[in-house]
Amino acid sequence: MIINRTRYLTQGIAKILIWIGALSTIAVMILILLQILREGLPVLHLHFFLESPKEMGREGGIFSTIVGTVALTLVAIFVGAPLGVGTAIFLREYTRESKISRMIRFGTDCLAGVPSIIFGLFGFVFFVIRLNMGWSILSGGLTLAAMILPTVISTAEESIKAIPHSYREVSYSLGGTKWQTVTRVVLPGALPGIFTGILLSVGRSIGETAAVILTAGSSLVMPTSLFSPIRTMSVHFYILAREGISMKMAYGTGAALILFVLIINVMAQWLISRYIRHRS
Amino acid sequence: MQLQEKIIGKILLLIALSSIFILSLITFFIFEEGIPLILKIGPKAFLLGQKWIPSKGLFGIFPMIVSSFWVTIGALLLGIPLGLACTIFLSELIPPSIATLFRPAIQLLAAIPSVIYGFWGLIVLVPLIRNYLGGPGLSILAGSLVLSFMILPTIITISEDALKTLPPSYKAGALALGATHWQTIWRVLIPAARSGIVASVILGMGRAIGETMAMIMILGNAVKMPTSFLESARTLTTNIGIEMGYASGSHRQALFATGIVLFFIIMTLNTLAIFLSKRRAH
Repeated sequence: MIINRTRYLTQGIAKILIWIGALSTIAVMILILLQILREGLPVLHLHFFLESPKEMGREGGIFSTIVGTVALTLVAIFVGAPLGVGTAIFLREYTRESKISRMIRFGTDCLAGVPSIIFGLFGFVFFVIRLNMGWSILSGGLTLAAMILPTVISTAEESIKAIPHSYREVSYSLGGTKWQTVTRVVLPGALPGIFTGILLSVGRSIGETAAVILTAGSSLVMPTSLFSPIRTMSVHFYILAREGISMKMAYGTGAALILFVLIINVMAQWLISRYIRHRS
Repeated sequence: MQLQEKIIGKILLLIALSSIFILSLITFFIFEEGIPLILKIGPKAFLLGQKWIPSKGLFGIFPMIVSSFWVTIGALLLGIPLGLACTIFLSELIPPSIATLFRPAIQLLAAIPSVIYGFWGLIVLVPLIRNYLGGPGLSILAGSLVLSFMILPTIITISEDALKTLPPSYKAGALALGATHWQTIWRVLIPAARSGIVASVILGMGRAIGETMAMIMILGNAVKMPTSFLESARTLTTNIGIEMGYASGSHRQALFATGIVLFFIIMTLNTLAIFLSKRRAH
């Protein structure tokens, strides 16, 4: 009887502790977001988004950093997405489990774990110096493309895997070649999943700082070409906060950053849930 | 038609090799830049040297290696219990319909940029620590606390996967033998998913060691051997992040050499985690 009671007592205590742990995790996350939004949202007027920073960011808005962020992200996606989706197609449709596919998976898993500062060092010596691209949108975008590759590959692979085998068989039985089957049957079906991966990569590109500051620089001048140096929103936020230039502007930029990342993630989650409902 | 298919296959193979290609490029360039300095001053003076004074040509990173591990271990001390609690909460304690609302919140935790975490640590945790526990506030403790939250998504998603792939008969069997729900979770499910959970912790550890920007903002960046969690510290990553902007010559090489050490630690952890999750799959 006593043993029984302690068993249930232990269970009760353990479950209470777990509830506390899980709820406080969420509470802290909400606290982080709210504290920055509370101070930052009042700064977010339309002209904050549409004016470029003045006096190192003490005055004005964040327009040029938004342009920089968008340009960098676009380069990253344009380069990273085809490579990632191509890899996923190869792994799922063009090869079986083999030495090569295991090697590719190992390489991708390792790449996913490489810290962003290492990507920054690599991008700096390879793109900025060796390929003589300087601190630029191109150097930063290509570095980011390498960083997002594992995310694009794994999400694209998951969604290609989810296409029923019978779809492919129908296409083959109608005389379709492998490539026709891939482009007209597999890819259209896997598109929402692929798009989710791309959205997550956009989120990651927007938030990335360490790799970007070493490869794209921190210039506040409006970019004119792919070879212009830029400052992204995250880098701007970091510099404002660390160098104590303007706390008000730092809060504003932080709040804008959080809003952008929130919107992109909500869109990605919505796509995933729609996709799952569609499949089942 | 046949020829075209063959060409497409080859092109896709080339594309698929890109991640390995990038990984080799990264390895090559980091080593090419950093190795000369390690050879010049000697691996022992570099790895075990206590003094980092670039202007005098002194490049000892031992205090940073030790600080990196202090910060990481501190993060794991809080991150592992919290991560496990969230994992068990998601997979066992709440109905799946509510878990699907909870899970995006965990994903969001992963999506928050690291500079935001760093900023929050700076404006909230640092003053709290300074006022209530003493010291400069900018400290290993503040860094560990922030990191423990940053590694949660890694720990939670991977250990939840490990729990999800267990055969349902494990749970049913334990319950049928009269075990309580908690005994089933703690003595059957968690041990059975052990290798996946350990892999998740190792990956979380890799993420903690590799974090840069948030740490620059809250660690205080003093180069010295840590003796308490309330002191400032400089880790391997923050050393690179702070000084890369203006370093040149052998100073820059020394930062790349710091990168080599970091890269080596991360690759060891990655390989270990991949090996562990492979074992789970078989």
